[in-house]
Amino acid sequence: MALRRPGLRRAAGPLLFAAVPLGFLAVFFLWPVAAIVRLGVVEGGLAAVWSEAGTWGLVGFTLGQAAAATVVAVLAGLPVAFLLARVRLPGAALVRAAVLVPFVLPTVVVGLAFRSLMPDGGVLAIVLANAFFNVAVVARTVGGLWAHLDRRAEDAARALGATRLRAFTSVTLPALTPAIGSAAAVVFLFCATSFGVVLLLGGARYRTLETEIYLRTVELLDLSGAAALSLLQFLAVVAVLVAGAIARRRREGAQELRGRAEVARRPERGEWVAVALAYGVLAALAVPVVALVVRSFSGGFAGYAALNTTGYRGSLQVTGVEAAVNSLRAATDATLLAMVLGVLASVALVLLGRSGLRPGFVEGVDTALMLPLGVSAVTVGFGYLITLDALPGDLRTSPVLVPLAQALVVTPLVVRTLLPVLRSVDDRLRQAAAALGAGPWRVWREVDIPLAGRSLVASAAFGYVVALGEFGATSFLARPDAATLPVVIGRLVARPGELNNQMAYAACTLLMLVTVVVAIAVERLRVPGVGEF
Amino acid sequence: MLGVEGLSVHYGSVTAVSDVDLMVADGEVLALLGPSGCGKSTLLRAVAGLQECSGAVRWDGADLAKVPVHRRGFGLVFQDGQLFPHRDVAGNIAFGLRMAGVGKAARVARVAELLELVGLAGYASRRVGELSGGERQRVALARALAPRPRLLLLDEPLSALDRALREHLAVDLARVLRLSGTTALVVTHDHDEAFTLADRVALMRGGVIRQVGAPGEVWGRPVDAETARFLGCGRVLDAGELAAFGGVPWAGQVGLRESALRVAADGPVAGEVTAAVHRRDHVRLVVATVGLGQVDAVAGIAEAPRVGDSVSLRLDESGVVPVG
Repeated sequence: MALRRPGLRRAAGPLLFAAVPLGFLAVFFLWPVAAIVRLGVVEGGLAAVWSEAGTWGLVGFTLGQAAAATVVAVLAGLPVAFLLARVRLPGAALVRAAVLVPFVLPTVVVGLAFRSLMPDGGVLAIVLANAFFNVAVVARTVGGLWAHLDRRAEDAARALGATRLRAFTSVTLPALTPAIGSAAAVVFLFCATSFGVVLLLGGARYRTLETEIYLRTVELLDLSGAAALSLLQFLAVVAVLVAGAIARRRREGAQELRGRAEVARRPERGEWVAVALAYGVLAALAVPVVALVVRSFSGGFAGYAALNTTGYRGSLQVTGVEAAVNSLRAATDATLLAMVLGVLASVALVLLGRSGLRPGFVEGVDTALMLPLGVSAVTVGFGYLITLDALPGDLRTSPVLVPLAQALVVTPLVVRTLLPVLRSVDDRLRQAAAALGAGPWRVWREVDIPLAGRSLVASAAFGYVVALGEFGATSFLARPDAATLPVVIGRLVARPGELNNQMAYAACTLLMLVTVVVAIAVERLRVPGVGEF
Repeated sequence: MLGVEGLSVHYGSVTAVSDVDLMVADGEVLALLGPSGCGKSTLLRAVAGLQECSGAVRWDGADLAKVPVHRRGFGLVFQDGQLFPHRDVAGNIAFGLRMAGVGKAARVARVAELLELVGLAGYASRRVGELSGGERQRVALARALAPRPRLLLLDEPLSALDRALREHLAVDLARVLRLSGTTALVVTHDHDEAFTLADRVALMRGGVIRQVGAPGEVWGRPVDAETARFLGCGRVLDAGELAAFGGVPWAGQVGLRESALRVAADGPVAGEVTAAVHRRDHVRLVVATVGLGQVDAVAGIAEAPRVGDSVSLRLDESGVVPVG
């Protein structure tokens, strides 16, 4: 009887939707990663690499610097989260945008900004740069929950005799723990797989798994060794993703959440300390940005003028302007592709959630779609190099490859921005529309799309910025005569010549300018209180 | 005419609605009354086509099993309105008309007509976020009525409102339903609301319809002790136990409303007040008596006794309902 399996019957359509992004994922993600696994395991690289003494030092440094950066990011992020969630002061919108800026800056920009502050690089520079990126993740994730926590629980604790600090540590902090936990997991992941920053600030001296994979592939041509390292990193990433998923599940539905308006107010007495700390963090975040801009003008406008050339003694095969055009073109293609995939995936996940299938299955599809977010871009780029020659037309030398890899990185961001908004639409709103005569397609057009439209545009803009700054996969895949701006910047600072440096700083400043403009636009389009970034 | 035959809804091993038969005649308003969790909202959702079920839902005899929600022509009003936040008041009310392909001029005219009907004339271009709870429900009602549904389904339409507003709006809603001649099924847990709105009341408990009838009928003769308790009888006992109050005209079980026993100087049954609560126009008491044990009783504000006082009680026959 058909009615006996309503879940399966209703899931057929959405599964068809999900098939497109999942298929893309299979060909352009799982296959390359599987090839790396095969290369690492079968060709014996694994045993050799794992028994090398240097490998474990590498693992130790990767995890150690990530842990240190995570601690710094969490400590710096908490006061900012408080500022965003609980404080109503003039200029709140500006603060929100300012916090988002570091997160969307291209890694090469951040790397170079810290290099202009600490010319010798080193461990401290790496840790601070990685933390700089991720303060926004902590502030946004924790602040998002904080803004919706019922303030009356704290009031109750205060009425029972707790000091302000005690009420925070015994009531608020435990309530925030799941958000802090999942933010820390994400930050740790980003820091452990951070590529551009470590490459620019650590060079050959301080290497993580990520930069080691790159160096082995590009400079030593040790493919099986690189594959073994990728495998090691992949395992660590999956472990952290699983831990994050568990923390997320605990957070959902666990608390009485309230609208934002009634919890934000002017700070009182002791709270000013937290506000001052938050503004201190914001000021600290501005330092590298300002240093970068100042540095770009160290030779007057020489660096900017040089953008029309191929650098000192022809260091590049393209001019800076050509690279910028390449960047814009690749990012546009990647964003369009990612929007199609991300929208299909989000719609499928919403429909699957409503179809009555086991929640575990839907969660599984969700997590699968998130995998590229966690797996290092370098691994993806490397995987493309060893697999995609099997596809017709040998994609390895094709300019299509860069947007494909970038789309893989951007799609999860689109899903994460869009999905919470679609899920937050009350199902009864759709039912009301249906009862008024709107068929299933019409309900999407009349209810879901208008309500999610702003976040759709926001996710496109956000994705565009990320694609524009993508460095890890692109540096593997972009041919020298079709290099993008971040790749060109990376190449310029690796070559001698002060002109090259000035040109790199100038290019970074321009890239940052574009990013900041788009980030502010994203902030203005965000649906308040919904979405994870 | 709506006909529900042998309708059941199962959630896994739990039976939410069990073998319900129900009829709603054209122009009639039927209230589904029951405590929360009794399955009344599930039944409503099944009629709307939002809930898979076994059994049949028919309109004028035709089975609707294959007819999806949006083709049933049934209007739906939720407890909390569920207005479209991205449309203004007029846009919400006109939604169903647009779906039906009604032209712009006709839509504008119909929207104005409905705003007038629900008492919100001039609200057409208001944003829904600016409306109060009562106004939202009025707009939700107008939105559901606009395409002239053949059946209107209302799920606890007034429950989210505060008491004074609820009583006021219930009268208004009854007027609108009569005026528009709408056939309607109202789900509610509030007796007053059910009796204000409905031509007939169906009492539901544990997924089963226990009693159907005109409000006076149901109110005046609950079908069993459990139903009597749900309808506000604090105590259900055998008529013989009331003999101490003199000759009683009932036999079998009777239910005592809270106003059945009154404090009176010449009352035949004596007792001691163990609790007293002031209400708007009377005082509610709990009295320990010798023959009947603890009973509820009422006293006038003026002669309100205190806890510990000795009082005598008499029986007010209008507060006694035969059960069964």
